[in-house]
Amino acid sequence: MKLTMASSPHNHSHKSLSRLMITVIAACIPGLIAQVFFFGSAVLIQLVLALITVSACEAAVLLLRKRKVWPTLSDGSAWLTGVLLALSIPPLAPWWIIVIGCMFAIVIVKQLYGGLGFNLFNPAMAAYVLLLVSFPVQMTSWLPVSDLLASPISFSQQLSVIFNGFTSAGFSVDQLRVAIDGTTMATPLDTVKTDVAHHLTVAESMSKPLFNDWFGLGWGWVNLGFLIGGLYLLKAKIINWHIPVSFLGALTICSAIGYIASPGTEAGVVFHLFSGATMLGAFFIATDPVSASTTNKGRLIYGALIGLLVYLIRTFGGYPDAVAFSVLLLNMAVPLIDYYTQPRTYGHGVK
Amino acid sequence: METLIEQIKQGKVWPFPGGIHPPGQKHVSTTQSIQRLPLPQKLVVSLKQHIGANGKLIVEKGQQVLKGQALTKPSGNWSVPVHAPTSGIICEISPMPSAHPSALPELSVVIEPDGLDNWCELKPISDAAALSHDELVDIIHQSGIAGMGGAGFPTYVKADSRKDIDFLIVNAVECEPYITADDMLMREHADGIVAGIELMQQLLSPKLTIIGIEDNKPEAIAAMKKAAQHNHNIIVQTVPTVYPSGGEKQLIKILTGKEVPNGSIPADIGMLVQNVGTLFAINQAVFEGKPLIERVVTVTGNTIHKPGNVWALLGTEIKHLLDCQGFSPVPQQRVVMGGPMMGFTLPTVRIGIVKATNCILAPDHQELAEPGDEKACIRCSACADACPASLLPQQLQWFAKSKEYDKLNEHNLFDCIECGACAYVCPSEIPLVQYYRVAKAEIKEQQAEQIKAERAKERFEARKERLEREQEERQNRHKRKPAAKSDGEKQKVADALARVKSKSDAKESKSAVAAAIARAKAKKQSPDAELEPDNSEVAKERAARKEQARKYKEQKALEQGEENRDKDDKKSAVAAAIARAKAKKAAQAAEDHVEAADAAPKDDKKAAVAAAIARAKAKKAAQAAENKGDAEEDSAPVDDKKAAVAAAIARAKAKKAAQAAENQDDAEEDSAPVDDKKAAVAAAIARAKAKKAAQAAENQDDAEEDSAPVDDKKAAVAAAIARAKAKKAPKEQAQSDDSHVEVDSKPQPDTNESSEDKKKAATEQTQSDISANSVDTEIKPADSDVEQVSNAPESKEDKKKAAVARAIARAKAKKLQQEGNDKS
Amino acid sequence: MTLFYALIALGSLALVFGLILGFAAIRFRVESNPIVDQIDTILPQTQCGQCGYPGCRPYAEAIANGDEINKCPPGGEATVKKLADLMGVEAKPLAGGEQADPIKTVAYIREDECIGCTKCIQACPVDAIVGATRQMHTVLIDECTGCDLCVEPCPVDCIDMLPIKETKQTWKWQLNAIPVTQVD
Repeated sequence: MKLTMASSPHNHSHKSLSRLMITVIAACIPGLIAQVFFFGSAVLIQLVLALITVSACEAAVLLLRKRKVWPTLSDGSAWLTGVLLALSIPPLAPWWIIVIGCMFAIVIVKQLYGGLGFNLFNPAMAAYVLLLVSFPVQMTSWLPVSDLLASPISFSQQLSVIFNGFTSAGFSVDQLRVAIDGTTMATPLDTVKTDVAHHLTVAESMSKPLFNDWFGLGWGWVNLGFLIGGLYLLKAKIINWHIPVSFLGALTICSAIGYIASPGTEAGVVFHLFSGATMLGAFFIATDPVSASTTNKGRLIYGALIGLLVYLIRTFGGYPDAVAFSVLLLNMAVPLIDYYTQPRTYGHGVK
Repeated sequence: METLIEQIKQGKVWPFPGGIHPPGQKHVSTTQSIQRLPLPQKLVVSLKQHIGANGKLIVEKGQQVLKGQALTKPSGNWSVPVHAPTSGIICEISPMPSAHPSALPELSVVIEPDGLDNWCELKPISDAAALSHDELVDIIHQSGIAGMGGAGFPTYVKADSRKDIDFLIVNAVECEPYITADDMLMREHADGIVAGIELMQQLLSPKLTIIGIEDNKPEAIAAMKKAAQHNHNIIVQTVPTVYPSGGEKQLIKILTGKEVPNGSIPADIGMLVQNVGTLFAINQAVFEGKPLIERVVTVTGNTIHKPGNVWALLGTEIKHLLDCQGFSPVPQQRVVMGGPMMGFTLPTVRIGIVKATNCILAPDHQELAEPGDEKACIRCSACADACPASLLPQQLQWFAKSKEYDKLNEHNLFDCIECGACAYVCPSEIPLVQYYRVAKAEIKEQQAEQIKAERAKERFEARKERLEREQEERQNRHKRKPAAKSDGEKQKVADALARVKSKSDAKESKSAVAAAIARAKAKKQSPDAELEPDNSEVAKERAARKEQARKYKEQKALEQGEENRDKDDKKSAVAAAIARAKAKKAAQAAEDHVEAADAAPKDDKKAAVAAAIARAKAKKAAQAAENKGDAEEDSAPVDDKKAAVAAAIARAKAKKAAQAAENQDDAEEDSAPVDDKKAAVAAAIARAKAKKAAQAAENQDDAEEDSAPVDDKKAAVAAAIARAKAKKAPKEQAQSDDSHVEVDSKPQPDTNESSEDKKKAATEQTQSDISANSVDTEIKPADSDVEQVSNAPESKEDKKKAAVARAIARAKAKKLQQEGNDKS
Repeated sequence: MTLFYALIALGSLALVFGLILGFAAIRFRVESNPIVDQIDTILPQTQCGQCGYPGCRPYAEAIANGDEINKCPPGGEATVKKLADLMGVEAKPLAGGEQADPIKTVAYIREDECIGCTKCIQACPVDAIVGATRQMHTVLIDECTGCDLCVEPCPVDCIDMLPIKETKQTWKWQLNAIPVTQVD
């Protein structure tokens, strides 16, 4: 009888990579539901497109690298990237936007750097920034909440807009964006920003039908959905609490200070926390393990700096939403943060 | 400290960072009490079952041993003996696969049990309190007790700790899944364990003893509490079930909140940790006198029919344990010695258990699945969250893969206790601990190589130095040689040579003759003529000649001795001193003789005879001396050929001398026929003397020829025999001559270093002795002849013939002797 | 005119800074370890001569004078890399190809055949062979560096290079390489 030799430990927790990734994707579902409910089902089309593109790109690159395709593909990291990107772009963006974005994310940001675990930047965010900078018009054509739409859009029409650029009836995206009151709608963040630039107070800006008492309609619910998903991830110990807490905490503090300093031009804490991609960023994007800091102390610093940058760029920068940029900037700083935040090993530093 | 003890007594435990919660699986093996197994077919007792040096074997193959008999005795650093687990015969002592992941062979004693299980003589102690510290430590040492929790550290070293111990911590945690050996031991033998604890308390006198038990062992906690309730210095502390809380450093942190500083041992902060199994063994060793020969082993896993705990004799092959408990292997079966987290797989079941074996685990693939393919690290830091030593396992893994050893040291790789918690949680299923082990081994190898390289460098430098030094010395020696022979010295040597030669050739004989005539005249005038022939003046002459010869020898010595100055200086100096002394003595003796001679004038007739005899003797002596001198001169050269030639020359000279002597004798007879009888007698005597001289010369030549044999040994032997014979001959009359001879011959061996030359010198000495003796014998028979002649003048013819015959006979005898020596 | 002033200003600035730099270079000079010693520390000290120089120190001196850094087989790739770091040159692959995983060997004299000629003793660069004329020679394993300079001079060819036995302390955790065979 030949005995097999193995290295200890012989026990394993069976926490596999694919299980991890699938769990994260599953945690996106509440936010996804909210998005579908409030903004139409176009996001599902984007989702499908994204998944197909990432799978195809990853398989192609693995074949080029002469690796086995399915074991690597099945760990779900590429799918997660696709899902996150699909959730980040305007639902009615043309199909080639998501395709270009996914290709860039997988091929260049992830595989070119060495594959899973070796990429320096968050692939989804890097792709988002590429799209935003290259195709600003398409990337800022957000639909208003379906309640506020001048005319509702059916699923088939959404499909045709995505693939053809026009609905079957011949309306363009811009025309579709016209709200009840005849103005093209922007995101709440964008609205507040432009209004303040036009010397309106925040309160006046927020009196628009786009907003309810606290935050932008629809957007707030989406953020809430992602918050629920994130809390679930925390409970399942998929992610550590350090990054979300520090990020949200920093953002809270900054916006609170800003609001206290000048309530007229600064939106409040709740507004910041529940608009844009705040919750998505806090729980799903900034916590991407590969590109985030690895030590707990480092994570706190990392999250806090992201929060600070998000507030600064939102308030003083040129773009309405800043999560992507902040995350990318902090990705660059991670090696330095890791080096200086090593934990104290047992027995060192004691007498 | 007081508040700390108070806190502990109130039940406070401190958390440690990290830790995991693998499924315990302990219920599988706690269904029944600890079983006893039947004796196995053979026991393979490894000599090394602990950290430290092996013991020294005190048994041999084929020896009958009793249960508990010591197989080794402690020798070396941290050496712990092993004992025979049962009675039987030692059937083999050879290297067998060891209980180590590598299964590299380790010297083991294989015992075949005889089934009788006879104990050796046990010496239980009833009153342990009366034992002194050293006695108790010695019992622990000789009983072969080593740490039974898994590390195998020699217990006597810990027990003999010279540092102050505040807390004695009993490790009853048993945090690894599957293992229940300590649990069952505590349930069944709590009293024994507490007795062992009290023995350790006696040795160390700690302030408090804390027994740490995980909360998944309620029965054990109850049993220990009950057993320890009488002792207020022992408290049983329940700790939460976390792996790896049983690690020594982690346990100290949990129970006392203190950390062991890097590079120190727990004793440095006043802590000592012992496993319950070890304490039970201490109790058995002291109170029952039993050495460590068995231990509780958990045999468990889904492939075992009757999982549970057994008392296993040390050296029991794993196969026996598996067979006794029932074993149904699956394909790709793994047999693990130890638990699932830190145990190692075995390549064969034919390995004997050792003191540190606490579990044999034979899982199937449902309960402990084999790990899948290793995927890339996603830097999720689940491993860092789990690490009990607060390391960064993912960084260590990056550096181990890229072999960056300095970064590994910076990240404290050697603080890793290899508990396996990081690899347990890793989602990418990376075998982290394996990477660390390989990296640690490589770093250690690098360090060892560094040290070795330093040594090699030192040796290389030393060798270079040595070679340079030798070369310098050689060059210096080269310089010294030519400087020795300067022109002035060469001239001196030549002069000396010339002096010696001229003197020995011309003047001596003349002076001797003149001296003899002078003496004869003197004697004529003196009435008291001594019967004894007076040879004092001749002796003087000889002494003088000898002095010159010696001087010549010294010159030669000076030449040759340049090379070995140091040695020779001393020797030659000593020899010179001796020579001088002897010369002085001889001179004195000669003077005395001369005075005596002058003081007593003798009868004319006698005087005439004496004169004639003296003349003849003088001539003969001169001749002999000359021959000797020549011989000596001739014998000095190292070359054999020269010696042979010289010998031939000497022989010729001797013959000539004999002839001359005879002629002279005839002439003398003719020139001074006072009394025909006397003259005839004198002639006869003269002839005899001539023959003796010739014989002597011949003997010398023969001896010389003999002295130049190719075989050193023969020469040595011949010389020895000759010397013996020479010694035999009467020395009284020859004393002065001997001394002269010695004076001459002594410098010879001193100046010549080689054994050959020494032997030659020896033979020459013997020759000299022989010649001396022959001279003596020459003198003797002369005297006797003279007396005879004087007493019985009538039978002159007869006497003459008789004397001649006697002389011839003696000569023949001598020749025969010499021939005999040749043959020998 | 302004050009003239600019030139003077810049020129004098340059002069001043140049003087400061020169002064600092002399006054604050740091005596660093001579490069030869640093190179010698990196080399493995087997004194085998395979690099073409009679020992490690001469090769270190040669490297300091610009010789190639890839001539040391006992040092292996690791040494080439370290030397490349130190000297600031490119890390070339080992001249003569690299042995995949060089096994450490030491010399062993078959004592039955040894005639006691001392030729190997003279050849050994670290004096690891004990013996004397017409007396038995033997190799001190702890001192032998495995340079195999002794194998050539032996007139009766009685020296073997044997691999060092693996002990538990030197075992490198290759679980697949354990050569124990099961009998039953």
